[in-house]
Amino acid sequence: MAAAHTLKAKHRRSALRTLAFLSPWLTGFAVFFAYPMISTVYFSFMHYDGFRPPAWSGTRNWTYVFAHYPFFWPALRNTLWLVVIMVTLRVLFGLGIGLLITKIKTGTGIFRTLFYLPYLAPPVAATMAFAFLLNPGTGPVNSILERAGVPAPGWFDDPDWSKPALTLMFLWGVGDLMVVFMAALLDVPKEQYEAAELDGASAWQRFRYVTLPAISPIIMFAVVTGVIAAMQCYTQPLVAGKVASGVIQGAGTMFEPGYPEHSTLTLPQLVYNLGFQRFDYGSACVVALVLFALSMAFTALLMRRRGGLIQAGD
Amino acid sequence: MPTRIPEVVRKAAFALTVSTALLLSTTACTGQSPSGAGDDASKEQTITFWHAWSAPNEVKAVRALVAGFEKTHPGIHVNVVGNMTDDKINQALRAGGSKAPDVISSFTTNNVGKFCSSGALVDLNPFFEKAHIDPGTTFPKAMNQYTQYERDRCAAPLLGDAYGLYYNKTAFAKAGIKAPPKTWSEFEADAKKLTIPQGDSYKQLGFMPDYHGWETTTEHYMGQFSPTYFDRSGKSTIATDPAVAAALTLQKRLVDGLGGFTRLERFRAGLGDEWGPRHPFQTGQVAMQLDGEWRLGMAMEAEPDFEIGVAPLPVPDDRAAGYGKGYITGTIAGIAATSKKQNAAWELLKYMTTDTGAVVAFSNAIHNVPSTLAALKSPDLKYDPRFKTFLDIAADPDSTTSPASVNGGVYLTTIQQLGYDYESGKVTDLRAGLEKAAAQIDTDIAQAK
Repeated sequence: MAAAHTLKAKHRRSALRTLAFLSPWLTGFAVFFAYPMISTVYFSFMHYDGFRPPAWSGTRNWTYVFAHYPFFWPALRNTLWLVVIMVTLRVLFGLGIGLLITKIKTGTGIFRTLFYLPYLAPPVAATMAFAFLLNPGTGPVNSILERAGVPAPGWFDDPDWSKPALTLMFLWGVGDLMVVFMAALLDVPKEQYEAAELDGASAWQRFRYVTLPAISPIIMFAVVTGVIAAMQCYTQPLVAGKVASGVIQGAGTMFEPGYPEHSTLTLPQLVYNLGFQRFDYGSACVVALVLFALSMAFTALLMRRRGGLIQAGD
Repeated sequence: MPTRIPEVVRKAAFALTVSTALLLSTTACTGQSPSGAGDDASKEQTITFWHAWSAPNEVKAVRALVAGFEKTHPGIHVNVVGNMTDDKINQALRAGGSKAPDVISSFTTNNVGKFCSSGALVDLNPFFEKAHIDPGTTFPKAMNQYTQYERDRCAAPLLGDAYGLYYNKTAFAKAGIKAPPKTWSEFEADAKKLTIPQGDSYKQLGFMPDYHGWETTTEHYMGQFSPTYFDRSGKSTIATDPAVAAALTLQKRLVDGLGGFTRLERFRAGLGDEWGPRHPFQTGQVAMQLDGEWRLGMAMEAEPDFEIGVAPLPVPDDRAAGYGKGYITGTIAGIAATSKKQNAAWELLKYMTTDTGAVVAFSNAIHNVPSTLAALKSPDLKYDPRFKTFLDIAADPDSTTSPASVNGGVYLTTIQQLGYDYESGKVTDLRAGLEKAAAQIDTDIAQAK
C-alpha cells in the first residue's frame, strides 16, 4: 500500500515537473493562440461593433459574409489564385535560381547577393517601384514592349493582368527561397552524384533520383510556408491597387475593394475592412476563420501527400 | 474505434472554455461608462485632445488654437496629441482609461453615424442647449447635417472642405470660352472644346470624368444633383431618386463623349498622382478639374504656366437657379463618452468649433474652409480672392453632403462600385444596377444595426 502511495507521489511529482518545464510554452500557446482562437470563434457568432457589448446573433455574420457581402467571393478566388499559381511559380523559380547559383564557378558571392537583395526591399517601396515600371501609359516596360512590337498589357490597371503582375513582383523577391534551396542543394552528398554518374545517369536522372529526394523536405517547407504567406498576402496587392487606381486613400476616404475590378482584393484586406472600417468585428472574425480553415486544409493536404515528396526513411 | 477522452482532460477543457467565455464576456462589456457631465469645469484640471493632423504647419496651428483656449480658460490645461489615426481613436474611445482622450477630432466624417449610434461620443445637444448655441444657425447647413445621426448630435464641425471647379483660364481663352460653365450641358460642350487629341491619347483633355480621376467620385458628382440617399425609414432611395440616375448618366455621357473609357483610363494611368506636383491640372494636361479648396494652394505652389480660375461646379440644366452650391465635408470633433471631464471637454470643443476668432485663425493657418457661418463672413479671414468661391459654396444653404449612416461610408462604396461598372460598360442596365445596389445598401445597414 505504502509502495503504491510512493509510486503515485513520484508520478505526480514527475507530472508537475514536466508541466513546470512546459509552462512557458503552454502560457504562450494559451495567450497567443488558444485565447485569440476561442475569441475569434466566439465573436463570429456575436454582433459586436467594438463600442457596445457583444450581442448573440447566431449565424447572421456567417450568412452575411457568404451570401451578402459582395467582396468575399472575389477575394477568396484571388487568394486561391495566389496560393496555387504564385506559390508554385515561386517554389520552381527559387529552386531554379538555387540550382543555377550552386553551379556557377566564379562570382558566386555577387550573384547570391544580387538575387537576395530584392527580398530585402520594403514591400511598399517595392510595390510602388513595380507599379511605376509597369505603368501602362508611361512605364519603361511597356515602352520597350511597344518598340519591340509586342502588345503591351495593362498590368496593375487590367483585371486580367494585375495578379500576374503581382506574381512577377513576388518572383523578383524570391531571394528567401533561393537561400533555403541553395543550402539544401549544397547539403546533398556528392558521393551520390558520383555513384549516379558511374551508373550512367543523365543530368535529368541525377536531378530526379538524387537531388529531388534529398531536398524534398525543403520543398515541402517552402510550399507550406508559401501557402501560409499567400493566405496572409495584404500589403502588396493593397498598395498596387491604390497606386494604380491613382486614388491614394487616407483617413476619411472610402474603401476601394481591390482595384481594378476587385482583382487585387485578398481575404486579409476584408478582415481589415470589416473589422476596422465597418466596425463589424463579427463578420471580420468569420473571414479570419475562413482563412484559418483554408490554411489548415492546404497544410493537411500537403502533409498527407508528402509521401510523394519525401522518400521512405526521411 | 474512437478513443474516449480521459475525464480529467474533459473537465480541464470544460473549465478552460467556461473561464475563457467568462473572461470574454466580462472584458467585452467595458465599452463606456455613462459618466454624464457632472464634473466641475471651473476646477484646475488637464484634459486630453487627440487629433489627426501631422504636417508641421498643421500641428503648429493646432497648438496655437489650443493655446488660445488655455489663455481664455486658465484653469483647464490641454494635453494635445497629434497624428492619431482613426484606428487608435476608435480603440481609445472603446477602452477609455486615464490616458484616453476627452476630446477627439477625426477626418473621417463618414464615421459620425457609428460614433453616434454606438454612444462612443456623447450627444452634444444638451451642451449646446445649456450654452444657448443653436447649431442650426451656427454651422453651415451641410456641416450641421453631417455631424449628427438620427437627431443625435455627437460631433461638431472643425473646419471643412468645399468642392468646386478649377479651370485653366489660358486654355479657356484659346478655345474661345469666355466664362466657366454653369450647367452640365455647358460643361459637356466646354470639355469637348478644350480636348486636344494627340494620336491615341491627348495633348490636353478638357476634363477627366472617370471615377478614378482623383476627386471625381460618385458622391462629388451627385452633390450637384442633391440626392436624398435615404428615406425616413432609413431605406436606400438610390433606385427611386432620379438625381442618382441623372448623375451617373451625365458621367457616362462625359466618358463616352471625351474618347471612351479605355482611352481615358490609359491616359489617366500615365498622369501624376493627386498629391504630387505632377497633378494633371497643374501640368496643364487636364483643363478642368473637380477638386477641393486645398487644390488652389497646391496649384499655386506648382507655379503653372497658365492662369488658374475657380468657380462652383455646374448644376443640372433644369436647376440652373441653384448654381453656386457644392459638395461639403470636413473634420469632425466630439467628446468621448468615457471622459470623466465632459464639461471641461465641452469648453474646449465649444471654443474650437464655435468661437469665431478661433475658427478664423485656425482656418487662416490650415487653409481649410471655416465651419461657422460667422467665421465664413469674418473680415479677419485671409485668403486669395479665388478662395472666396469656396467660402460661398460652404455658406450656400443648397450645398450638399452625404448623410451619416450607421455603417459609415459603406453605402457610398456600393454606389461607387456601381459607378465603376457603369462607366466601364460592365453594367448596361442602369435601372437594374441601381435596384441591386439599393438592396445591397439596405442589407449592409441591417447587418450593422
